[in-house]
Amino acid sequence: MSKFKRKIKVGSQEISTASLPDIVFMLLFFFMVTTVMRETTVKVAQKMPGATEVKKLEKKSLVSYIYIGKPRQTFQSMYGTEPRIQLNDAFAKVEDIRDYIVSEREKVDENERPFMTTSLKVDQYTKMGVVVDVKQELRKASALKINYSTRKVTELE
Amino acid sequence: MPRRPGGTYSAASMADIAFLLLIFFLVATTMDVDSGLSRKLPPMPPPGQQDAPNEIKERNIFVVLINANDQLMVENKPMDIYSLRAEAKEFLANPSNKENLPEKILKDIPYFGQIAVNKNAVISLQNDRGTSYGMYIKVQNELAAAVNELRNDLAQQKFGKKYDDLKKEQADAIADIYPQIISEAEPKNIGGK
Repeated sequence: MSKFKRKIKVGSQEISTASLPDIVFMLLFFFMVTTVMRETTVKVAQKMPGATEVKKLEKKSLVSYIYIGKPRQTFQSMYGTEPRIQLNDAFAKVEDIRDYIVSEREKVDENERPFMTTSLKVDQYTKMGVVVDVKQELRKASALKINYSTRKVTELE
Repeated sequence: MPRRPGGTYSAASMADIAFLLLIFFLVATTMDVDSGLSRKLPPMPPPGQQDAPNEIKERNIFVVLINANDQLMVENKPMDIYSLRAEAKEFLANPSNKENLPEKILKDIPYFGQIAVNKNAVISLQNDRGTSYGMYIKVQNELAAAVNELRNDLAQQKFGKKYDDLKKEQADAIADIYPQIISEAEPKNIGGK
């Protein structure tokens, strides 16, 4: 019955690492496919409110983002703790939004312009005053399609 | 470089290179899916022209007010967020044709034929400048949920499918019966900052 002879350990045997690169490459490809490049560094606090009736935003190239919230810790010495608006990579004023929308519009092909959406990424503790000003400015720039960015939750908190 | 016997190179550092790339992609990319509540803003009235106050009968408006302390007032009575959805559904559907809920009108709608729908029911939402954004989204969400639930019920009843799975014409017909009209008034600044 030598078939079932117990193997005797000889010293310390090492596991072969020959397949390690393959595993890592697999992970790499997974991440390359599922993620997108980070375009802006968000400088404001972003804790999205939860909602149950969310819809996915399609066509990311047609979406322009407006971030609103308290500046992050590192920027608080310069910009204070009042909620601020961030466009692209910089803090901005409400009046800058119209220029921003116009420049975003320039980047897009003419027949796709009606489908452009503005995504408002607003921190949930922000007061509506700022948001209302932004919305008013968007109306003036006639960027009427908006999307309130939220987390998907199954039950209201 | 001296050639190895057999002409192969060591693959030992392959893993390190792959790890390096992996870490680069982990840092430089994001995975978050953008999702949210889509809304359409009303266009700006032409200059020199005021927003004409629409004459809408009292019974056709569902007034939702939020104050600076995130408290809700719906149709002149205080309410918590959890009963808002049911109340909005009651208003939009008006199943028993009550006097104080929206008036109905017979309308021709494909798939349904003559059906009684709300003539011009409007949900009016007004918030304070001091309302928190979280609360505002909650209210928007509940109002959207009320409409979605009504649409889903009707879709299930008529076509045996969920609203999202319907064909475009079917979905349009249902959206005609239960339109999602939320009108937002200019916010007031009562509660201060």
